[in-house]
Amino acid sequence: MRNSFHHIRGLGSARSGTEHFWMQRLTAVANIPLVMAFVVILVTLAGRSHAAVIATLGQPMVAILMIATVLSVVVHIRLGMQVIIEDYVNSEARKIALLMANTFFSIAVGLAAVFAVLRISFGL
Amino acid sequence: MTDSSTRTERPLSPHLSVYRLTLTMVMSGAHRITGVTLYFGTLILVWWLVAAATSPRNFDLINAVFGTWIGRLVLFGYTWALFHHMLGGVRHLIWDTGRGLGPVESRRLALATLVGSIVLAVLVWAIGLVLRG
Repeated sequence: MRNSFHHIRGLGSARSGTEHFWMQRLTAVANIPLVMAFVVILVTLAGRSHAAVIATLGQPMVAILMIATVLSVVVHIRLGMQVIIEDYVNSEARKIALLMANTFFSIAVGLAAVFAVLRISFGL
Repeated sequence: MTDSSTRTERPLSPHLSVYRLTLTMVMSGAHRITGVTLYFGTLILVWWLVAAATSPRNFDLINAVFGTWIGRLVLFGYTWALFHHMLGGVRHLIWDTGRGLGPVESRRLALATLVGSIVLAVLVWAIGLVLRG
């Protein structure tokens, strides 16, 4: 173990160093309080009218919290799904296609959610 | 990334099937499965937010869909998957420090994850239903 680590130079063979591992952990830690707060908001909004939900989601602190949660979650799910694809998909072409689809999905989810929160905040 | 299509056929080591199923094994699989569930479940969240951002009619539609018993069951399952993955993640963060890897501790942590996730999911729903009245 010690030797092989000792011989790695710079960012290693994947050229990305520990970026993936680090971001996975960073967003995991961030997700704990963010998602908990998010769940609390959702629980208080369950069964409420559209007007009441809009009023709550439009508050600056709630909106910022929602956007922060979405961003952290989206980065986290993209990294997690990337590992699953790399683990199970053997064909190179399919792997690349799925990795691209994974990125597109994550960005689409993030953009749609952030857009919706901003639209609610700035008035329908 | 090596090209796997050019790889020669090599004997595979006897994988999962030869081992007795353990709790930590199942929980490892569950962590991944709940992760995939949460991944696609973000679509429900996006639907809800976009519906809220578009019109009361769209918002009432998703509320009606998830207000049915099957809709609620899906949401409860999603809540459970969320807490399962969250506690499973905490377990991974503990392992990252080099702790909790022994046979006794890892089994205890796995059990705590399982029980904790059920308790938290039930608690959140109980509070939600009480608040709803």
